[in-house]
Amino acid sequence: MPTVAVEKDALFTAVGHTYTDHEFDELCFEFGVELDDITSEREEAIKSSTSKLTKEQIESLSDVTIYKIDVPANRYDLLCIEGLSRALKIFLGDMDAPNYDIVAVEEDQMQVMNVQTKSTATVRPFVVCAILRDITFTPERYNSFIELQDQLHRNLCRQRTLVAIGTHDYDTVQGPFCYDARSPDRISFCPLTHSSSGEVFQNAKSLLEFYETDASCKHLKPYVPIIKDSPLYPVVLDANEVVMSLPPIINGSPSKITLNTTNVFIECTATDLTKANIVLDTVVSMFSEYCAKPFSVEPVKVNYLAEDGSGSILADKSYITPQMSTRSESASVEFINSLIGISATPQDMVQLCNKIQLGPASLKDNDTQLVVTVPPTRSDILHPVDIAEDVGIAYGYNNITRRVPQTSTVGGEQPLHTLGDLLREEIARAGYIEVLTHGLCSIHDNFTALRRKIDLDSAVELSNPANVEYQVVRTTLLQGLLKTLQHNKSASFTNGFKLFEISDVVKADYEHVVTETIVGARNVRNLCAVYSGPTSGFEIIHGLVDRIMTLTEVAPEEEYVKNSGKGAEEEYRVSRDGWFYTIRELKEGEGGHECAGSYFPGRAAEILLTKPGEDGFVRKSIGTFGILHPEVLGNFDILYPTSSLELELECLL
Amino acid sequence: PPARDAHDPFFIKNPAETVSVPEEYYERVKSMHEVGGSGSIGYRYDFKREEAFKNLLRTHTTAVSSQMLYKLANQEGGFKPARYFSIDRVFRNETMDATHLCEFHQVEGLVADYNLNLGDLIGTIETFFKKIGITQLRFKPAFNPYTEPSMEIFGYHPDLKKWTEIGNSGMFRPEMLTPMGLPENVRVIAWGLSLERPTMIKYRINNIRDLFGHKVEMARTRTAPICRFDDATTA
Repeated sequence: MPTVAVEKDALFTAVGHTYTDHEFDELCFEFGVELDDITSEREEAIKSSTSKLTKEQIESLSDVTIYKIDVPANRYDLLCIEGLSRALKIFLGDMDAPNYDIVAVEEDQMQVMNVQTKSTATVRPFVVCAILRDITFTPERYNSFIELQDQLHRNLCRQRTLVAIGTHDYDTVQGPFCYDARSPDRISFCPLTHSSSGEVFQNAKSLLEFYETDASCKHLKPYVPIIKDSPLYPVVLDANEVVMSLPPIINGSPSKITLNTTNVFIECTATDLTKANIVLDTVVSMFSEYCAKPFSVEPVKVNYLAEDGSGSILADKSYITPQMSTRSESASVEFINSLIGISATPQDMVQLCNKIQLGPASLKDNDTQLVVTVPPTRSDILHPVDIAEDVGIAYGYNNITRRVPQTSTVGGEQPLHTLGDLLREEIARAGYIEVLTHGLCSIHDNFTALRRKIDLDSAVELSNPANVEYQVVRTTLLQGLLKTLQHNKSASFTNGFKLFEISDVVKADYEHVVTETIVGARNVRNLCAVYSGPTSGFEIIHGLVDRIMTLTEVAPEEEYVKNSGKGAEEEYRVSRDGWFYTIRELKEGEGGHECAGSYFPGRAAEILLTKPGEDGFVRKSIGTFGILHPEVLGNFDILYPTSSLELELECLL
Repeated sequence: PPARDAHDPFFIKNPAETVSVPEEYYERVKSMHEVGGSGSIGYRYDFKREEAFKNLLRTHTTAVSSQMLYKLANQEGGFKPARYFSIDRVFRNETMDATHLCEFHQVEGLVADYNLNLGDLIGTIETFFKKIGITQLRFKPAFNPYTEPSMEIFGYHPDLKKWTEIGNSGMFRPEMLTPMGLPENVRVIAWGLSLERPTMIKYRINNIRDLFGHKVEMARTRTAPICRFDDATTA
């Protein structure tokens, strides 16, 4: 969620009311924004861990109260004090939504932006423009103007990759303007960052290299990769070849805006034309408030020139901007009432629309259809549900009558989950403590530390882990349990420390289908247990295997019973027809089991299951158990002999 | 649309791309994004297959709920009203601190039925939270890319003795439901919350690492009480 920082007093002045913090918080709640923090410049510096200011410098910072307000991610009209205060005034009923006016200019009298279509198409195809006339800047308005562009760049423009905004003092440049893409050695200018020194960079590439390394320009470094290696760089120039901007990096110094600027030229270059228009409309609707004729804007004609170099205009591609799209949308009165669960009269709805910038609204078709005016500040309106939501907000969500759906259904858990939950209880009863460990881990913990061969084809590997702890999604639960033992050294091991987990691991799998989709991986529900104590506990872990099989109605094979010495119990055993298990010594070395390396040689086994009816599910290995290898224990700093078990639970379903 | 920027996902090196999806469904989703339909003006941008097919670790369980709704719409015999829930793990590539890890658990509930409205959602949420001891609720307009209307849920926490955000909710957008093939007047109401947060509040745990992961003290696990919520007679 974007956060907008505004001075409290300036905001109240703009809104036309004062409030206590609590009252303002309530207003925000009803409207749908959140007063996240109340602070000041000085307080921020005090709280900041990265601030390098001295005590005196901090004292000299402003202690004017600042409100930090979180606004919804799709409301670009709330990203500055101008938009926020305007929206609140309208919501309170203190003003009507303004009519944004595009000044009538004959097309042949319009300012022009010519686009070298062929070159810009290779790197950043689109541009839209507008002119704000007779605007008055104060230091506050100027800062807000810059801050709005930053907000838009961060959010809607997706870090300037989709759209970049350039703003210029219109009186310092001369049209017709040109949007081109040229090789960097043909672009030389003095950028805004070097206004005081007046230094001219002869080659745009060397300017970008400067931005990559210079500490004072580090805020521009993230954008350099967007165009750095492109053979052609986008560039906006005036009729005298003065470089106005190098999108999306930096504006030129000659056309820079100052407090004395009275006419502003705005250009937005983009890879996404829809968003470019939304961005332009937003900047214009927010700041046209300060024009001598408030809420008015002068259009610009954007001509896409033919790619053959003839200079002729591609009529089907050219257009006039800003669109300042105001459109009519309608929604049925009944639909709105039925979606929100209210019974507002059509006339009520018309009134409510005024509060949420959808006015003026009217009714048609015998008062069954509500027709609203969607202003350029409400690009979030896509469908009648958006209108319905706004009517609901104006009505007040907390005024809606609650009811419970009449939907009659029978509830239940997924079978695999039920199985797991039932076993959880039983295993806990056997004295094992349940743990819940992380799904992400390092390649070392998942393979090497367990003495298993690193097999990245079988695992889901993350592309940009910030930390070695997130290299892969675990393919085994064992490392999580061993790390738990490692972190609980102070616990008592004298009577054996028993842990278990029933949870998912993930394996790469290019054939597994879920809902007609093959993602390339599948979740596997594993059951893992460890015993750590003064003795290895092999027979205890082995006992757990037998217990699990008894609980899940799997009978031991005849040979296995003969060897177990528990023949007496067999009389009472309940098992499913055709379900049998046995164990077999784990084969190590070449062609051996992938988990064999984790265990002490000769002290590990695999669990072999037979199920009826499934093609070939005869004596399939569903897991392993045994005494862990001392090296594995060493890797996890475990001081006591330890045995473990891990099996695939779904096999027992 | 702001949908893609909402959460920071973990992208995957291998398997990097989804292998296959139901192609007809894909076309309907693409068309909805590019040009709209069924009353929507759409998002009007070039939908890129490579982007949509990028694999990532899910940032919310709604990714799976939407698969369940698609199944529900296309099942043998057609759509029938349903109520689903999910409690499962999600992953976000965000800055970690005392209360945030890269993985945590979401609780999600949804009801798909004909002609549900926002009042039904509010009523369902109230019933749900009453079961875990929170009876005073307020609803705040919010934004989720896939719900409209959307509401943030605020509750008066009886232990903390203050109002705090306890969940998020909304009605799934037609742009999401129509391509799935759900009948037109089927509405889906949904709400969700994190599992860790209410647990940490109830048991006064300040650091999420004391609740989830291998650094949990066994002594805490051994002394944990049974989890009860008195019915709200004490409210």
